[in-house]
Parts: sequence; structure tokens; C-alpha cells
Amino acid sequence: MTDAPAITRGDAPILEIDRISVHFPLAGGGWFSGPAPMLRAVENVSLAIRPGETLALVGESGSGKSTLGQVVAGLREPTLGTLKFHGVPMGKAEWRAARKAIQIVFQDPFSALDPRMPVSDLITEPLKIQRIGSAAERRERAASLVAQVGLPLDALNRYPHEFSGGQRQRIAIARALAPDPSLIVADEPLSALDVSIQSQVLNLMKGIQEDRGLSYLFISHDLAVVNHLADRVAVLYLGRLVELAERASLFAQPSHPYTAALLDAVPRIGRGRRRRGRSLSGEMPSPLNPPPGCVFHTRCPKVQAICKTTPPMLEAAPGRPTHLAACHFKE
Amino acid sequence: MTALDMAPPSVQQAQSVWRLRWKRFRGHRTGMIALGVLVLLVLFTLAAGPLAALWGIDPDSTDLLSRYDPPSADHWLGMDDAGRDELLRLMYGGQISLLVGLVSTLIGGVAGLGIGLSAGYYGGRLDALLMRFTDGMIALPLLPLLIVFGAVDLTKLGFSSEFAHSGAAGFWRVVVIIAVVDWTQMARLVRAATLSLKERDYVLAAKASGASPLYVMAAHILPNVATPIIVAGTLTVGRVILLESVLSFLGFGIVPPTPSWGNMLNNAQELVTTAPALAVYPGLFIFITVIAVNFIGDGLQHAFDPRSSR
Amino acid sequence: MAGFVLRRSLQALLVLWVMSFVIYGLIGLMPGDPLDVMIASNPGATPEVVAHLRAIYGLDQPMPVRYWHWLLDALHGDFGFSRTHSEPVLTVLAPALAQTCKLMLISFGLSVVLAFGLGVAAARKPGGWVDGFVSLFAFAGISVPVFWLALILIIVFAVQLHWLPASGMGTVGDNGFIDQLRHLTLPVLTLTLASTGQFTRYVRAAMIETMRMDFIRTARAKGLGEGRLVLRHALRNALIPVVTIMALSFGTLFSGALVTETMFAQWGMGKMIYDAILANDYNLALVGLLFATLVTLLSNLAADLAYGWLDPRISLK
Repeated sequence: MTDAPAITRGDAPILEIDRISVHFPLAGGGWFSGPAPMLRAVENVSLAIRPGETLALVGESGSGKSTLGQVVAGLREPTLGTLKFHGVPMGKAEWRAARKAIQIVFQDPFSALDPRMPVSDLITEPLKIQRIGSAAERRERAASLVAQVGLPLDALNRYPHEFSGGQRQRIAIARALAPDPSLIVADEPLSALDVSIQSQVLNLMKGIQEDRGLSYLFISHDLAVVNHLADRVAVLYLGRLVELAERASLFAQPSHPYTAALLDAVPRIGRGRRRRGRSLSGEMPSPLNPPPGCVFHTRCPKVQAICKTTPPMLEAAPGRPTHLAACHFKE
Repeated sequence: MTALDMAPPSVQQAQSVWRLRWKRFRGHRTGMIALGVLVLLVLFTLAAGPLAALWGIDPDSTDLLSRYDPPSADHWLGMDDAGRDELLRLMYGGQISLLVGLVSTLIGGVAGLGIGLSAGYYGGRLDALLMRFTDGMIALPLLPLLIVFGAVDLTKLGFSSEFAHSGAAGFWRVVVIIAVVDWTQMARLVRAATLSLKERDYVLAAKASGASPLYVMAAHILPNVATPIIVAGTLTVGRVILLESVLSFLGFGIVPPTPSWGNMLNNAQELVTTAPALAVYPGLFIFITVIAVNFIGDGLQHAFDPRSSR
Repeated sequence: MAGFVLRRSLQALLVLWVMSFVIYGLIGLMPGDPLDVMIASNPGATPEVVAHLRAIYGLDQPMPVRYWHWLLDALHGDFGFSRTHSEPVLTVLAPALAQTCKLMLISFGLSVVLAFGLGVAAARKPGGWVDGFVSLFAFAGISVPVFWLALILIIVFAVQLHWLPASGMGTVGDNGFIDQLRHLTLPVLTLTLASTGQFTRYVRAAMIETMRMDFIRTARAKGLGEGRLVLRHALRNALIPVVTIMALSFGTLFSGALVTETMFAQWGMGKMIYDAILANDYNLALVGLLFATLVTLLSNLAADLAYGWLDPRISLK
């Protein structure tokens, strides 16, 4: 829709997502039937992540945020567009070199750890795959990592089934930290945990970032958590980037009506006032068959004739050069 | 570490899973009995060599004068249709039958494992192709096909005449043709397990760290399909022993004079009237062996499945 | 639905076609060739005559060419002559096929009925003594070598008790129904016993699974009688997977039929194939094997259709 958004602040980005689209053919295409329908999970998204920053990727389930996370983690090749790491477009050879610099933490800590491996093997697996260090060095590293994520040393010889969800997520984080990455993709790392545990893991992640200066691509549907951790926020709807802004600016005055509706859905203490006309109605349309014009128009409270025909560009909101939104009537 | 999300300290250590399984298996009465029976059977067949030496009997030497001799102090089960000691033949035949069961299962199992892993892991066209192939194999009438395989003249495949008629060729022919038709179950089982395992986050995490397909299969998929493989493999041994016996019985398997429990019944129609006991023994051994193997498989299934409570 | 049937039928045809090639090739690997017997019965044949004969019969051509000629003839309904019977292959095959179908259908029907009786009885109280007994019986059925079971039945019922004939399909000069039935009893009994074990395990497992489901508990809580519960609710739900898997096993019954027919000298497909292979009757063995494959494929197709028909939740794509 637009060129890469202007970056005005700070250092060169460590990661740039440049007009990336991910489409997949649905199952059912076979030798005897016609071509399979295409699912457009991510459509023309451009983003950048700066060193040491947390970029939150927000959206409902089905918005394509996990798919985009998988692209960033190198688990899925984009159909269109390029991914640049430290300014270098990523091909197969570049990925091989970058694997240790980008790690991923998954949502479900029960599925993210192989039940047949002891914790020490789990944590050092990325090092083993990358052939970093000797076995003894890797063991040492595992011991220091376990301590960093706040687990007892004897955890190393135990198996995942002996740990609670929060502890497992700590193990998964230690594993991601093992090769000393500069970017961690965290795909809803808290949403499978009890609320009381969430804040502990959140604080752990925050502390690690302060110590190591690494960046997070933090994928979440929980705006309260995002408000706590993120520096900037990107909002996805139906695979499209609809808003991208500094956290403070976005939470104070969202520009896109979809973001506004999301924020209103968050229960907050002390703010009983619910702004009119902002609640979301209806279901998200199928990404198999996205509506024409602005994809949000089927649910938008501000919809006008133009929204049904012309897709809006991602542009700066009035008077806020770093606050981008894709809406004909942005605030 | 906060007290909140700390699970109670656990004393289970690395080998706990297998220890637990052994405990569960021990609790499975029929499985344990079957295991005992099978161990006894194996010892019985292995005793052939030492006993033959001890008694000074050559199990292959024929003596037409003592055909169908009844049991005596020297020959506990009597003599067979060629005047050979029936007990020793049963022991030697058992070695062959058990060995065919093990080796065929191993070869077929490895083939099925490879096919199932590749189909499940790579998916797409390869999967479609391999699974159509597997379905085709399953749709074939097993025994007639085995008989055709068994009838193949090895010299027409370029093997020398001596080899084609040697005992080793007879053994390997049976092993190979059974393995060729009996890998399908393993392939389907492994494929199904691989399909679900490869979507697990820990596989994705390994891939994100740069793991090769071979690493993922060896480190994450194989250990997690070990359980169903062991159970299916056990049951396959039983099935293979049955297949070998019927093939050898029909004259397309292990070729005499090498004994196997199946080919000792070659002239069973004749035995039925002349020496019914000789028609009973070999089959009884096959029956007991296979039923023991199947009960062990059942016990393993119970021991490996944490949900089963019987 | 129609598309599904069409696609599966095409797949089955494809398998059959590939198999015809494979079997044709394998049969060519069997000892000797069709001329050996002819030459053996005519010691005066010179090498020139033999070579000439080879050319006439097309035996000097490479295997794929010979296969192609065979296929063209077969597509015109000409499957060649059976050497041992000196009759067209199909003429020999028809009565054998009928006999095998009779044996398999009767045994299949009997084992299904037996399996449901035993399986349901066992599932009513898993772990109880009935269950233990049924399980032992089922395991024995799976583990027994069919030919040995036949031997034992012959020893007991024919040799020792003289109740039933040991082999053949009828006494010469007596073609009565009772006589045929007496000859069919032991083969049917063998095949039935051999297949009931596996079927019983299917029924038992499906019943236990169903009895654990919530709707059964609800029905029980409502105070429904145990007998009604089992028959009306559980059995009906267990029926679908069990019937499917049984239909799938129908084809595997063929292996058992081959052994049974051989043991009891019943002129069926199995015995026919076995004899044809032993006697190097290539045409007959080939067509026999192809028909056996066809029967298996058809029963698998029927099983798939039955599954879709019985369970409305499955859409046949």
C-alpha cells in the first residue's frame, strides 16, 4: 500500500519487513480438483524493528499476526516482499547465518518443549544445532541461563512434565536466550498462563531486555499486556497493517477506528466512560474472501461510500508524523 | 524464583518414564506370563545345539527304518517322517521361525519407518505418492502375492544356481518377501504420528534454530513415535511368524532339509492318519509363540498408554 | 458422492492395472517357461523347432512387449487358455470364484454374528471373567495358524470322530444338499474361527469406547435398563466403525480362504491359484491373482462407501 514507513528515531533498524505478503493454498487442491483457494494471511505489510525496542503486533485471532511472526522467525517464506536483517535481504544463505540471532518463544509452553528431552538438552538445543561450543561449555551455559530465568539448578536434569506452565515458559525463554539473539519473536507468550503468573513472566522478559538490549517482536491480543511492555504497536486486521504508532500515542488517541474499538474493549479501572459508536459489531470477514475497498468497512462505525471502493493508504495521522494509520477518516 | 509457580519438588529422574512403564507392564498379568513363556520358548530353541551334542544325535541324518518311531527314552518325541529326532527338529525349526519373525519385522519396520517419516514430514506430493502406494499394497491379496514371490526363480534374477538352492537363499528369500509386503502398517502409523508431531511448537523452535530435516526427525520425531513403533513391531513379529509358517507349509518358504515349524507340516495330510502327534507339535509351537507375542504386545500397549487403567 | 465413487473406482482400476504388470513380470520370473512342458512331452523337438515355436508364441520378445500383447487381448476379454485344464481361463475360473465367494460370505457372516455376540458380552463388564474368556478366545483366533487349525479340526472331526469328511466338495454319486453341507462344514468352521478373533476385538473395543461416552452415562442416569442401553444406544453407535473395519477385512479373508481350500481340497480361487503356480499354468495364475486383487479392491471400496453411508457426518469428497 505504501513504501516502508518513515523511521525518524534512533538507530538503523535491525529488522525490516518490506511489503510482505503470505498467501497459502488451502487443502483440497489435488490431482482431481481445480486449483485450491488462496488464503491471504498477510497482505503487503511493512514494518521495522529497532535495536532494543519492543514492537507489539496486535490483532484478533486470524489477523495474520502469528503468520507474520513465523516469517520473521524464518519459519515461513513470504509469498511476496523481502525481509531485511541488519539491512541485508534474507535468502537461504543469509538465514543460515542469522538463525542464532533470531529466536522464537511460543504461546503454549506444553507443546513448545519436547517431552522426551531433559531441560539441559532443551535449553542448549539451538547451540547444538548451530554447533556452538563444546558439550561442556554448553552445559555451563545452560546452568547460567537457568539461573537467569529464575529456575533452580536442579531443573537441568528434569523433564518438562515436571514443571508448571509458568516454569516451562521460563525454560522456553532460556532456550531462546541460549544463542545470544538480538531479536526474539514472542508469539503470545503469556496467554496460556494464569494471570498471576503472567506478570512474573512479563517482568522477566522486561528485565532480560534491560540487561541484554535485545529486541522483541511481541505478538499479543492482550492490550493491557502490550501497554505494559511495548515501545511501539502495530495493529493488524485481516492481514493488513491498519495502524502503527508509538505506544503512548496509540493508547492516548488511536487513529484507526479498529484500534479504538480494540482499546474500548479492554476493561480498565477508573474509566467508566465508554465512548459512543466504537464497539465492534459482527465477525471478522474471511481472509479467503476479503471485502473490497477498506477491509474494515463491514464493521466500521465511521463507514462512508469511499471505504467500500478505495483501500486507504497507511499514512501519518493529522499532526502526528510518526503515527501511521490506514483509514480515510483517521483521527 | 517465586514460590507461586514452583511445582512440588519431584524425585522422578531421567529414566523414570521407562521404569514406570516396566512397573505398569509387570502389573499386566497376561503380558508377564506371555513374556515368561516366550523366554522359555527361546531357551528351548537355543538348547538344540547343546542337546544334539550331548545326546550325540545328528538332527539332519535320516533313517528310513525308524520313520514314525514312537517316543522313546532316546527320542522323547519320537521320529519324524524321515526318521529324524522330532524334538531336535522342533528346536532347530523354532530358531529359524523366530529368526525370520525378528529379521523380517526389523527390515519391514525400518522400511515402513522411512516411508512413513518421509511421507509425514515432507507432505505434499511425496506424501500423496507414498500413501497411494501404501494403499495399493494394502489392497493386495497378501498370501497369493507371497506365493508368487516365493515361486520366483532366483536364477532368472541373475543369482547363481548354487546360491539359489542354498539354505541361506531360502532363509533370506522368505525374510525379504515378507518384509516387502509387511511394512504398510508401520508406514501408516509412523506417518500419522509424524503428521501431528511435525506441527508441534518444539519442532518449529528447532527449525527456527536452523535444524535440518534429518535432525528434527532424529531428535524430535523418532523418540516420540518410539512407543507406537514398539507396540506395532511386537504385533508384527507375531504376524510374520504366522506368514512364514503358512508359506513354508505351502512349500514356498523355508526349504527342507532346513527345518521350520511351518515346513515340518509339509506332508501334514499324510501325518493326520499315520502320526497325528507330529501334525500337532509344530503348529502348537507356532500357536503358543504367536499368542505369547500378541499378549506381550497387549501388555506393552497397556504399559505405554497412560490413560489405560485396566 | 458420485464424484467420490468415480474417483475411487478410477484409483482401483489404476491399482489393478499396475498390479497386472507387476504380476505379469513376477510370473515370468517363475521357474521354466510355457514351452518347457511342451518340449518335455516331445523329446524329438530340435533347437530350431523350439526357436520357431518361441517366435510363434512371442516368447522371444522382451517382457514389456509380451505384456502389452497380453493386455490388448485381455481388454478384448481374451485371457488365454489354461494349460493344465485345456480350457479358456475364464471357464476354469468361474466355478472357482463362485465357490470361494460362497465360502468367504458364509464364514464372514458367521464371524460377524459371533463377534458381535462375544464382543458385546465382553464389553459389558471389562476385566470381568466373561471378558477374560472372550479375550483369550480372540487372541487365540488371531494367533492360530489357519492351516494348523484346519489340521486339528480334520484330526478331531474326520479322523478320530468320523463325523465329517476331511476333504473334497461332495461324495461321488451323491450331490445332495446335505452332502455338500457336510463337506462345507469344516472349511467354513476353520475360516470362521480364524477371522472371529480379530472381529471380536474390534467390537469389544468399540463397545467399551462407546459405553464410556457421556450420552451413555446420561441414559444410565435416566434409569434406562442395562440391556436396552447396550442394544439401543451403545451398539448402534459402535456399529459404524466396526462394520467399516470388518468390510475392510473382507479382502484379507482371501488369504485364509486360500489355505482353507488347499487343506480341504475345495475347488476355489485359492486352491486354483496355488495349483496353477505349482503347475506353471501362467495364464490361470495371472488371471486368478488379478481377480483376487479385484475382490479385495471392491471390498475396500464397499467399506468406504458403507462408512459414508452409515455416518452422515462424513462427507465423501
